Amino acid sequence: MPTLSRADVQHVAHLARLGLEGHELDRLEGQLNHILDQYAVLAELSTDDIEPTAQTIELENILREDVARASLTPDDALAGAPARRGDLFEVPPILGG
Amino acid sequence: MTSSRGLTRLSAHRMGAGLRAGEFSARELLDAHLSLIEAQDGALHAWVSLDFERAREAADRADTTLVAARGVSAAPRDGSTPTLDALPRLLGIPVALKDLVVTRGRPSTAGSRILESFISPYDAHIAERLDAAGAIVPGKTNMDEFAMGSSTEHSAWGPTGNPWALDRVPGGSSGGSAAAVAAYHVPLAIGTDTGGSIRQPAALTGTVGLKPTYGRVSRFGIIAFASSLDQIGPFGRDVRDTAILLGTIAGRDERDSTSAPVAVPDYAGELPSSDDEAAASLRGVRLGLPRQYFVKGMELGVEARVREAVAALADAGAEIVDVDLPHTDYGLATYYIVAPAEASANLARYDGIRFGRSVRGADVLGNYLATRGGGFGAEVKRRIMLGTYALSAGYYDAYYLKAQKVRTLLKRDFDEAFAQVDALVAPTSPTVAFPLGARLDDPVAMYLSDACTLPVNMAGLPGLSIPCGLSEGLPVGLQLIGRAWDEARLFRLGRAYEAITADAKWRTLEPTDLRALDDPATPGPMERVAIMGR
Repeated sequence: MPTLSRADVQHVAHLARLGLEGHELDRLEGQLNHILDQYAVLAELSTDDIEPTAQTIELENILREDVARASLTPDDALAGAPARRGDLFEVPPILGG
Repeated sequence: MTSSRGLTRLSAHRMGAGLRAGEFSARELLDAHLSLIEAQDGALHAWVSLDFERAREAADRADTTLVAARGVSAAPRDGSTPTLDALPRLLGIPVALKDLVVTRGRPSTAGSRILESFISPYDAHIAERLDAAGAIVPGKTNMDEFAMGSSTEHSAWGPTGNPWALDRVPGGSSGGSAAAVAAYHVPLAIGTDTGGSIRQPAALTGTVGLKPTYGRVSRFGIIAFASSLDQIGPFGRDVRDTAILLGTIAGRDERDSTSAPVAVPDYAGELPSSDDEAAASLRGVRLGLPRQYFVKGMELGVEARVREAVAALADAGAEIVDVDLPHTDYGLATYYIVAPAEASANLARYDGIRFGRSVRGADVLGNYLATRGGGFGAEVKRRIMLGTYALSAGYYDAYYLKAQKVRTLLKRDFDEAFAQVDALVAPTSPTVAFPLGARLDDPVAMYLSDACTLPVNMAGLPGLSIPCGLSEGLPVGLQLIGRAWDEARLFRLGRAYEAITADAKWRTLEPTDLRALDDPATPGPMERVAIMGR
C-alpha cells in the first residue's frame, strides 16, 4: 500500500476543500499513514470473484407518483442562507469575478 | 404518592401505567425529570440544548388527553375520543433526541461548530412520530461530531461524563443519550448507530440499546454520516421500554427510499408478561457464540461477565453452539474505508452557501476552505481526508471497491452462521468505560472500541446490547445479533436474560457517581479534563 507524503496530504485536503493549518497537516500525515497501514490486511484476501456489496437490503428503484406537491416555502428554504437576494441564494461570482 | 425523584426511577411502561391510572400527571412526571437535569447536567453534560417551556406545553397537552380518555373510559361515548387503552404507549413519557435529529425551529448541531447556528425548517420523521405519540422531548443530547467517535469527546461542545464514573467516557457517538438514560434524566432516548454508536455507549453506561436492521427506521431528517450504514435506534433502561420506543419509530416512510416496506411487529406487546414465561422461552433456542469476538485486547473482566451470561442462558435451556465468523478481523479496515468514503461525500454539503456556518475568503475556493477548515473538528477532518483519499482517482479500486467486496464476505459469514443458529451472543465492547482522554490522541485505539459492533452494521443486521453485570465497578454489555428484520427475537432473548438474572445483586445498583452529580461542587467534564491534565 502506498505511503502519503506531505504533498499528497495537501492535495487530498484541496480535493476535500478543507483549509488546514501547518500543524494539522503535520499530524494528519502521521495519522493517515498509520490508518492506511491498517488497511494493508485487506490485501491478504483474494476477492477477484466476489461481487461488491453497496447496501444490504434488496430494494431497487423506489419511485413515487410523478405529481407535484407541497415542499418547503422559499422563506423556509432560505432561512439558513448566509446571503439572500430575493428568493435566491446569493453566492460569490465564479466567472470573471 | 411517589416522590419526585422516585418517579424518575420508574420504567417507561410503569410511568405509562401510572399516568393512565391518574397516580401522577404528565406534568409532574416531566417536572421530576427536568429538576434532575437542572441539578445535575452541569456536572454530567449529557445535553446540548434544552427547551423546558416547549416540553411543559407538550406535557400539559398529554394531561388534557389523559383526562379526556379517563372520562370516556368511565362512560363510553361516540368513539371520537380514545379510551385509556387506545392511547399511544409513549403518551406523556420523556424521550431525549440525539443532536442529529432535526426538529423544526430548534437547534440541531450534530455536535459540530459548522451547524452551531443551524435551525431546521422541518421535523425529522421520527420527531413527527414521537410528537404524534404524545412523547415529551426535553431537548437534544451530546454526541461525537457528526457521530464520528466512540467516546463523545469529539463533540464541539465538550465531553460527557459517565454516570458510573464521571472521569470516564460514556461511549459514543450517542454518549449523551446513553448518559441521560443511565442518570434517570429520561427513561428513553434516541441514538444512531453507524458502527456501534448505540450499542457501545449502552454497554458502557449499563443501559439497553438497539441498532435495528438497516431500513427499519426512516432516516428522513437525520443528519447523515455514512448512508449505507447509519441506522436510528432506541435506548432504555430495560428491554420492554426499548421495544416500545422502536415500535413507535419503526416502519416505512416514503421520504426515505431506504426505509423498507416490511411489517412492524408489536414488539412490546408480544413480550411475555411474567419472568417465568420469559425464562421458559429460552428452551430450545440455538445461540451461536462467535469465536472471533473474544478479541485480542479484551479485558478479562469483560470476557468473564459475557461467559457467565452465556452460561446462564445455557442453564435456562438455550443451546450454545460455537460458530465462526472468519472474516471478522477484516471488519475494522473495511469499515474505516467505507464509512469515511461515504462521510466525505455526505459532508460535501457543508459549503457555507445554503445553510450553516459561512466564512468569507478571498474567492469561492477561499470560502470553502475557511468555512470547512474552521467548522469541522479534528476527527471529522481526519475522516473526510481518509474518505476523499480512498475515493480519489487511482485508489478507488484498491480501497473502496476492495472494501465493498470484503463487505460481501463479512455478510456471508453471518448468513452461514444464521443457517445454524437463531441468534448470536457476543460482547458489545472489548473494554469497560475508559478514562476521558485515554484514546483521544490515538485514532486506531479509539476505532478498536467498535471491533465487536461494526461488522453488524456492515451486514445491515440488528444488534441489541443489554447490561450483564459489572467489571471493576463498571458496566459490561452483552450483544445479541439477529437475522435481518428479527428485532422481535432479540427483544425476547433480552427480556429472557433479564428474567433469569432478575435477582442478581448488580441489578439493584444505581450508577456509582449519581451522588456526586447532586453535589454542586462537582466539576463539569471540561474542568475534569483540565484537572486530569489532558
